[in-house]
Amino acid sequence: MALQSLDIKRRSATTTPSPQVRQTLEVAKLIDVSACIGCKACQAACMEWNDIRDEVGTNVGVYDNPSDLTANQWTVMRFNEVETADGGLEWLIRKDGCMHCEDPGCLKACPAPGAIIQYSNGIVDFHEEHCIGCGYCITGCPFNVPRISKKDGKAYKCTLCSDRVAVGQAPACAKVCPTGAIQFGSKEKMKEYAETRITDLKERGFDNAGLYDPAGVGGTHVMYVLHHADQPGLYNGLPKDPAISPMVSVWKGVTKPLAMAALGAAALGSLFHYVMKGPNEVSKELEDEMEREDERLRAQEKEDVK
Amino acid sequence: MIRNPRDIQRYNASERANHWIVGICFILLALSGLAFFHPAFFPLTQLFGSPTWARILHPYIGVVMAFFFLIMALRFARLNFIHKQDIEWLKRVGEMVNGDDHNMPEQGKYNGGQKVLFWGLVIGMLLITVSGVLMWRSWVAVPVGVVRAASVVHAGAAVFMIGLIIMHVYAAIWTRGTIRAMLYGTVTRAWAKQHHRVWYRQITGDKR
Ligand code: HEM
Ligand code: SF4
Repeated sequence: MALQSLDIKRRSATTTPSPQVRQTLEVAKLIDVSACIGCKACQAACMEWNDIRDEVGTNVGVYDNPSDLTANQWTVMRFNEVETADGGLEWLIRKDGCMHCEDPGCLKACPAPGAIIQYSNGIVDFHEEHCIGCGYCITGCPFNVPRISKKDGKAYKCTLCSDRVAVGQAPACAKVCPTGAIQFGSKEKMKEYAETRITDLKERGFDNAGLYDPAGVGGTHVMYVLHHADQPGLYNGLPKDPAISPMVSVWKGVTKPLAMAALGAAALGSLFHYVMKGPNEVSKELEDEMEREDERLRAQEKEDVK
Repeated sequence: MIRNPRDIQRYNASERANHWIVGICFILLALSGLAFFHPAFFPLTQLFGSPTWARILHPYIGVVMAFFFLIMALRFARLNFIHKQDIEWLKRVGEMVNGDDHNMPEQGKYNGGQKVLFWGLVIGMLLITVSGVLMWRSWVAVPVGVVRAASVVHAGAAVFMIGLIIMHVYAAIWTRGTIRAMLYGTVTRAWAKQHHRVWYRQITGDKR
């Protein structure tokens, strides 16, 4: 990824700027949940393009298959049967996967330099060759997305087809979606398109239709059009106001440099204490006292031998 | 160095071995842990073969350390109960640090500072072991909220304990004639009388 390496906005565990002279267009994927028919073409396309296959699992009683994201399954359709107030049924199907947060908790938490990077187009990508398998990305992610592989102990997730996007292609899932529920383009264009969809939904009686582009994580590069944007929890527990957990912020915030300064001060302070106050030696009087006693005892021993 | 047969034994071989196992583990844990703590220290992972090896080994070393620390703490706990003269010593610790120990109250086998260190480490070890196990994704699966809290506690306890150990090591270097107590077990009578006079009297029967 020689050219892409010029487009890095942020790099995990790196305190100096990454190569970022180029600014690429900020992109986004828009998933219109109201237009999704749950065919899983996107899941299949993801497996095909990325050439990953999950093990064949077991049916858990719902359409979700596999039942969760895995290191080999970077997107999963989540099927939710929701009863409406008037006794009707809504089948809310959400394509789950990495949200490509503008302020990614995974990247913030990652201790391995360059294992997680964010391109200037907004895509958050894992570089598994630098991954050490600690799982901090899982701890940092507000959406429970990354998964550690049992095979190699590395973390995996959706790449937003960063390889395709780099050469001007849409992600595989967006390419195959038969209903146009998955759109891809500049973030700005996607927001405009979302507006038209939301207007349409509102006309059809979904008064709370809206865009899911949560501000708590600085917005996302995967957005949803939801018929019930006021209740994202209906869509398989999509968080209403996701943000990097305060715990993670404390853990990864200014406390670290402060703690390092404190430890450095303790070590340097010790050295200077020694240099300025000198060692804490046993007093000469006590040494002499013990010496005299030794002499006395030695003399006595000699006497006894005689 | 010629050893005086009348030197006093402070630690037996098994206590010394126990202490060094804990000490070596602690240093390895601090080096590998700091590597994950801040990018500035990440190169320390190379000491363990590779970053991934550092990540794999750290918790196992932790388990070894926790086990041997428990044994050591049980051995030394009784000698570290804090009494009145320890509080008195701690109140005057400023004088001691300033290099003047003439007015310091007489101390038993451990002085007030050593006892505070001991209990600080007991608390730190408890926190760091429990939180470390909760963060150990290879073996333990707990809700993410718990892992987040554990990560904060683990990093905090690590900084706290590394700070204590810096002081501990420095105190041993500063007080000449101390390190041999952990290397081959004995201290001179003069050392014992100067720094731990109550203990010195107990051991030697010397009434002065
Ligand atoms: C039973 C004892 C311990 C266990 C089970 C344990 C476990 C862990 C685990 C699982 C991690 C995450 C990285 C990894 O998977 O390797 C970690 C990180 C860390 N450990 Fe430990 N550990 C223990 C003791 C210690 C001790 C004694 C120290 C300090 C001297 C220490 C310092 C650290 C630090 C600084 C981190 C990085 C925290 C951060 O990312 O901010 N650990 N430990
Ligand atoms: S959803 Fe999770 S894994 Fe994806 S960018 Fe955000 S924090 Fe990282």
